[in-house]
Amino acid sequence: MSMTRRTMLSVSAASLAAPYFFTRSAQAAGPIKVGVLFSLTGGLSIIEKSLRDATMMAIAEVNAAGGVGGRQIEAIVEDGASDPKTYNEKASKLVIRDKCVTVFGSYTSASRKAVLPVFEKRKNLYVYPTFYEGFECSKNVIYTNAVPNQQLSNFIPWISKTLGKKKFFIVGSNYVYPREMAKVSKILIQQQGGEYVADEYLELGDSEWGSMVNKIKNSGCDAVISNVVGDSIVAFYREFKNQGLSQDKIPICASVTSEIEIAAMGPEYAAGSYSSFPYLMAIDTDANKSFIERYRKFVNDPKAVTHSPLQSAYMGVFLWKQACEKAGELEPLAIRDAFKGQEMDAPIGRVKIDGENLHTYLTPRIAQWGADGQGKIVDEYKEPLRPLPYAAYGETADNLFCKESGLDSSKLKL
Amino acid sequence: MVDTLFIGLSVGSVLLLVALGLAITYGAMGVINMAHGEMVMLGAYTTVMTSTWLGLGIWWSLPIAFVVTALVGLLIERLIIRRLYGRLLDTLLATWGVAILIQQMIRLEFGLSFFGIHIQGLGPGLQNMSIPDVLAGTINIFGAEFNKYRVFMILVCALMTGVTWFIMYKTSVGMQVRAIIRNARMAAACGIDVKRVNALTFAFGSGLAGVAGVLMAGFKTVFPDMSTPMVVDGFLVVVVGGIGSLIGSILAAGLLGQVNALVAWGHNDVIARAVVFAVVILTIVLKPNGLFAYKRR
Repeated sequence: MSMTRRTMLSVSAASLAAPYFFTRSAQAAGPIKVGVLFSLTGGLSIIEKSLRDATMMAIAEVNAAGGVGGRQIEAIVEDGASDPKTYNEKASKLVIRDKCVTVFGSYTSASRKAVLPVFEKRKNLYVYPTFYEGFECSKNVIYTNAVPNQQLSNFIPWISKTLGKKKFFIVGSNYVYPREMAKVSKILIQQQGGEYVADEYLELGDSEWGSMVNKIKNSGCDAVISNVVGDSIVAFYREFKNQGLSQDKIPICASVTSEIEIAAMGPEYAAGSYSSFPYLMAIDTDANKSFIERYRKFVNDPKAVTHSPLQSAYMGVFLWKQACEKAGELEPLAIRDAFKGQEMDAPIGRVKIDGENLHTYLTPRIAQWGADGQGKIVDEYKEPLRPLPYAAYGETADNLFCKESGLDSSKLKL
Repeated sequence: MVDTLFIGLSVGSVLLLVALGLAITYGAMGVINMAHGEMVMLGAYTTVMTSTWLGLGIWWSLPIAFVVTALVGLLIERLIIRRLYGRLLDTLLATWGVAILIQQMIRLEFGLSFFGIHIQGLGPGLQNMSIPDVLAGTINIFGAEFNKYRVFMILVCALMTGVTWFIMYKTSVGMQVRAIIRNARMAAACGIDVKRVNALTFAFGSGLAGVAGVLMAGFKTVFPDMSTPMVVDGFLVVVVGGIGSLIGSILAAGLLGQVNALVAWGHNDVIARAVVFAVVILTIVLKPNGLFAYKRR
């Protein structure tokens, strides 16, 4: 080792001082750098690894088809370690040191909120693949999954009209997403002329459902709206059946319960219940079947399941490619502007990025779970629905709160 | 009202199952066993593995999980804890390390996942443990509907408590354990092989955790981190009940279970959790040694 600490310091100082146009032109010759930021370790790694895989698969497919405008994509993968603080540090690294033009990442709202300042301050772009609670209007994030109105505004009227249910018991884990979902649910229940008999929460990760299910049993409700997340879901469905409640009489209608939890609880516990997601593995199109097959091949697991955020992580890369090609340059905010109105046929079907709030038009779907653990789509919209991130506060398609210019806070009545 | 009391009873029995083993190791040996929760997790995984690979149901899993976790407990005692007696804080750190090791062992499938080998039933994902039809649904007792699985849990919990009581108070090994709790040096002076008895006690405590794990498998989600909240509850019971006291642990588990169920019934589960912690804090403030502290001499 001839390199002393001092020379190394001066070398890195020189590279820091290198003029901006130099690094820029150097990048113009090479591949396009993007960041991929998910938790590969820690409690959330199970699901976030699958999002990383879907993103990497999309990048590999784009590269195999000739790249973006003839240039290959170079993915720089970082590990958020299931910790918002680590997320923030890694996002800074990807944006500042690696000079990524866009970062794909995050599963939880907590991690998205943690990286938001980095992207807003550094005028960079983040692509977020999970359904979330809304109430956000960042101009540096492209949201490729559902907000509450896209999971609920089809769901509750359908439960009310088709199933004839009028008395709802709302239950969730105790944090922001289920509470915002409950707000939207209440508005929709009242519009349907129904009522909610209770709005109850259990601590995140708690799985002692005895008292809650007993309350549901004695509440006289005829349907349960569940915004329960994580491993609590399994214990909830099991307790529900074991206390003698039947999905035929009181169906659990869920916003988070996906293929993953159904497989873990044993399909017999969920048989007859409903979930509302824009994407389900059961979507019966060639595009989706081919997607599932390619994903299974990519991760080398013939039984791998696909789910809603996974599909969004995948399609986000393709939307980004289109936006880059439309923008004709690799300035993050120019890519952001080119994202507006971008459309494509994803495994999920037709999607479009909203020009005002940078969320995604998605087709709401309702599935009923069968005894085989697969969902059967019982209702779907004919066309994609406009995303309204502030629906819980009275936002409608005619009265937008989150606009191209930013959030109109005068309309927000908290 | 009957069903609320029943739920309290069953919450209490879940607490007691986890706390029972802890009460023995903590009480008798002065070891804060942070890996106790991982023993519960190992019991749950043993259930998953015996059902996926051997096709055996929950009935067989109970003894098998007891033996497996007891052996793992014996191994941990022999390798690590034996060297740390009398150093409370060191045992806490060491067993915490063991806990992380065990969790990662399951998550990385004993390291095989590095070589691309996947063992069904292990790994980072959620596992599914099916329960037999006999235990699903409800049972009618005195005109009220009860969750069969919870009745089963209460029964197994009562059985394990009975066995533990019998061993502790009716056998010579139990007498030796009680002597060690009172005063380990004096016990040694009387000719009790403290090392051997401690090893057996630790193995038995771990085995009890394994049985708890089997019951949890049919009730909660089985995944590598499953035990973290449970071990906290276990320590709450032991601290409230008084270190080393079997009757204290039983009463504390019953008390906390009923408080949880009653407050959850009257208000909601989030408040109930807070009230349980308040009761624990109050107990520590008023009776620092717990409700039924064993006198050391």
